Amino acid sequence: MTATVGRQAQAAARANDVWKVYGSGEAQVAALRGVSVEFERGRFTAIMGPSGSGKSTLMHCLAGLDAVTRGTVTIGDTTVTGLRDAGLTTLRRDKVGFIFQQFNLLPTLTAKENILLPMSIAGRKPDPAWYDTVIATVGLKDRLDHRPAQLSGGQQQRVACARALVARPEVIFADEPTGNLDSRSGAEVLSFLRNSVREHGQTIVMVTHDPTAAAYADRVVFLADGQIVTELIEPTAETVLDTMKKLDTPAEVAG
Amino acid sequence: MFRATLKSLLARKVRLVLSGLAVVLGVMFVSGAFVLTDTLGRSFDKVFADAYAGVDVNVAAKPNVQVSEAEGTTLSPAFPAETVQRVAAVPGVADAVGVVAADGARLIGSNGKVVTSFGPPQLGSNWVGEGDLLQLREGRAPRADDEIVVNAALAQAAKVGVGDRVGVLTLAPKREFTLVGVFGYSGGRDSVGGSHEIYFTTPVAQELMLGETGVFNSVTVTAADGVTDAGLRDEVARALGDGFEVKTGAQLSEEMSADLKEGLAFFNRILLGFAAVALLVGTFLILNTFSIIVAQRTRELALLRAIGASGKQIIGSVVLEAVAVGLLASVFGLAAGVGVGALLAYLFGTFAGGLDLAGIAVPASAVLSAFGVGLVITVVAALLPALRAARIPPIAAMQDVATPDRPLTKITVSGAVVTAAGATLLALGLTDNAGDSVLPVILGGVLFTFVGVALLTPLISRPVVSLLGALFAFSVPGRLGRLNSGRNPRRTAITAAALMVGIALVTGVTVILDSAKSSLSALARDTVKAELVIAGAQVGPRPASFDRDVLTEAAQIPGVRLAGGEYGDMAMVDGERTWVGASSDPTALRQIFGVERAAGDVDRIGPEQMLVRAETATARGWSVGSTAQVQLSRGEPRTFTVSGIYRSDVYTNPVTLPPTVTADFAIPHPTQGFVQLEPGTRVDDVLPRVEALLADSPEVSVADRDAFIEQQASQFDTLLTMIQILLALAIVIAVLGIVNTLALSVLERTRELGLLRAIGLRRAQTMRMITVEAVVISVFGALLGTVVGTGLGAAVVRALREDGITDLVLPWTQMGVFLGLAALIGVIAAALPAIRAARINVLGAIAHD
Repeated sequence: MTATVGRQAQAAARANDVWKVYGSGEAQVAALRGVSVEFERGRFTAIMGPSGSGKSTLMHCLAGLDAVTRGTVTIGDTTVTGLRDAGLTTLRRDKVGFIFQQFNLLPTLTAKENILLPMSIAGRKPDPAWYDTVIATVGLKDRLDHRPAQLSGGQQQRVACARALVARPEVIFADEPTGNLDSRSGAEVLSFLRNSVREHGQTIVMVTHDPTAAAYADRVVFLADGQIVTELIEPTAETVLDTMKKLDTPAEVAG
Repeated sequence: MFRATLKSLLARKVRLVLSGLAVVLGVMFVSGAFVLTDTLGRSFDKVFADAYAGVDVNVAAKPNVQVSEAEGTTLSPAFPAETVQRVAAVPGVADAVGVVAADGARLIGSNGKVVTSFGPPQLGSNWVGEGDLLQLREGRAPRADDEIVVNAALAQAAKVGVGDRVGVLTLAPKREFTLVGVFGYSGGRDSVGGSHEIYFTTPVAQELMLGETGVFNSVTVTAADGVTDAGLRDEVARALGDGFEVKTGAQLSEEMSADLKEGLAFFNRILLGFAAVALLVGTFLILNTFSIIVAQRTRELALLRAIGASGKQIIGSVVLEAVAVGLLASVFGLAAGVGVGALLAYLFGTFAGGLDLAGIAVPASAVLSAFGVGLVITVVAALLPALRAARIPPIAAMQDVATPDRPLTKITVSGAVVTAAGATLLALGLTDNAGDSVLPVILGGVLFTFVGVALLTPLISRPVVSLLGALFAFSVPGRLGRLNSGRNPRRTAITAAALMVGIALVTGVTVILDSAKSSLSALARDTVKAELVIAGAQVGPRPASFDRDVLTEAAQIPGVRLAGGEYGDMAMVDGERTWVGASSDPTALRQIFGVERAAGDVDRIGPEQMLVRAETATARGWSVGSTAQVQLSRGEPRTFTVSGIYRSDVYTNPVTLPPTVTADFAIPHPTQGFVQLEPGTRVDDVLPRVEALLADSPEVSVADRDAFIEQQASQFDTLLTMIQILLALAIVIAVLGIVNTLALSVLERTRELGLLRAIGLRRAQTMRMITVEAVVISVFGALLGTVVGTGLGAAVVRALREDGITDLVLPWTQMGVFLGLAALIGVIAAALPAIRAARINVLGAIAHD
């Protein structure tokens, strides 16, 4: 198993005392209150927490989709905080991959074109060997010329995964990637996300509320009320569920 | 249900504003046309009511030939002075004044050029003293034969003042007078309805305006106290017997005004025709907007169905939305139309030499047409999408509905049928098989063709759009834009079809006019064998003319072989209005115009003889030896014998009379002169000498033949420019359509745009993607319009082959310009949607439902 030594130096993404506050005055709501967390290179991390805990906000801030109110976010050696639109665009293009709950494929493009889209926007050519590996991993060889409308949900999400993987980004952010899938397709997607970490050293950060999904990760970070409350290394569905139950109880009392 | 409709309407303000704008523009055009003609109509009423305010009863001789407003002024024949005494002797007449008043008194301004009035008459009259209407502002009345007074409008236009020596053209060649006074009209006006007036002493007016002294052409009668105008009119009419028109002042002003209004009605119809084009394009736009909105609301409508709304209620909801948009757009369109109508009336009034405008009012016709057109068009356009909305199954609320790509078979088949119907109608109309209804049949054919092609467009759009898009496919944004423009063929097609209509009409008209211009120029170049041409630009109904002595003198210039002048008049030939011509030298027919002899002798015309065109002879059943009675504008009817029959495409006068009778023409001067030189004579040697002869005929100038043809042909260009300006409105509406479609598409693809931005598409690249889509759509529309327009134009040109339009000229440059412009239009139309797309909040967009 991966050693924890040298984690600091190897961080693929890092949040340092990140605050995110919405609204102002009376209506002010703090979604994140001083979150500091690091995501190691080559690991599969899940972010969990009850709804409203700020887990999606944290991921959006890490990925440069949303600006933080205070604190800093870095991806690799790039400081995300303070970048303007052009800089953020380049960052997303070159260093970040995304997998969404809603698949988000372009209906006009074939599966293959969708997979290669980030590379062609950047004007880069994919490494042919890596491309073949990715295609083989997601098992889409005979579906490459189909359009999204001709693919099942699971197949569409696998295309989305391939799209994120093929550019070999610094880090892939996955937002409830199995939320729209049946359990079998979900399991497929999660296992090759884990494989891409174990076999190819990819870094993945996944937001989920499903303990079974979280169990695929190497590490689970728990958020409640905008703060990191605990974490599990080498989680199982049971340990995750137990931790969640503990978190839910005080939240309900507070709510 | 009503509340739900209202809420959804308010939630989509922007997209409805854009489609509403198309209706606003169309309605504006319609109501503007009505406001304009109404205002001008009432202004004319007022002008003539003023002009005849001091006239109780007016007496005039019956005109020999009735001439319409567009053809000139009807000549009122002269009668002897004793008629005035006969009128004065009628019981109940307090006063009877003999009046000379005839069109054609043209003042030469201080710059040596003839002052034109751009339409209103240029009257020459006898001074009978001031009155209620007419007041001297400066100087005094004319007393000597070389003295005149003019109205203030003319004095200003000519830039002349009291004491100046000025030249005047009348029935006689140029004559010099001293301007002794300037007068105005009651109410401080400079002119009545923009007309120019010159007053001479009575004998001079009689000689110059009527051709002989001792005659008048009308009598102004004042009724004695206690005598009604109508009663007096009947008394005078009885006393004078047949041959006179006796009318009250009120009657006369009404008739004069009605004449002008007839012209206005024609003008109104032309404006309404262009409005119809704009509205047709607007219909496409509204149809498209509602289709897109219904598609976007599929889930919402399905939810309504799921919770129990009936199909009828769904239709009602969409139609209600259309009614609201139509009503609102009609209100704004009407308001804008009133503004535009007022502005045009003002411009017209200023241009036509200071027509005093009656107040702007909103006639009922404008209101009715605004609401009728605005509402009907919007509702009709929304009906199809509404029906489609009602067919949305409730289950669609539960599914992630991608707009299904419905097959194009049905639409393509109906498109083919409608296009075929249009082509058939066009063929019928253009081959003279439609009887009396040629124009409606052709217009119907054009309309059907447009709708048919619009229906076929989705099918055509696939290959063409993908081909056009290939031009931009070198970059990723370009490739994405190309794919986007092809993803909904119907939407792309309707948007492009809207642009097609405007471009097709412009192209069609250009093909026809350019072909006509080229054919007629070529014909003139080939057949008119005159090196020099004397002519003037015609402004208003009266053609420019010149002194006939110029021709006699020009014939004496060494090197000149022949100098012929052409005269023309509207005459009654055997009781039928017919245009008759005459040439100062009848040999010119053969020598200059190259007419061909069909029968008899066409080289000379005897005093009692006439030559006729072959077509006319056939129509009237004339052959050599037939006789016909001819009543010219002046004089008594005369009988002529047909002595020759000619054929010609250039010399088209139906009847040619001997030069001896031209004194009885309304304009007894030649209006065009043709000078043929001896072989070997240089044009440059003769031209200045003819120019010198024309010193006293400033209405015309002499030019070599090519310059003359060029000048004649340039009239086509003016017409073309006007049509293009009017059709520009349809193109503007089509541009709105592109903006609208793009804006709606951007909205629809918010999530997609968010994704593209999330995975690294730059703002500039996003804008480029939208722009490529717009450019592809608009260039496609322009391409379609060019092809359809060329087809229509070529069909018309082909049909006119018999009428001498033998060349088919395709305006390649213009087509290129339009395609370039279309690309530019695409870029402009894309600007706002593109900026909007680029500004999209990535996070919000991805979460967008």
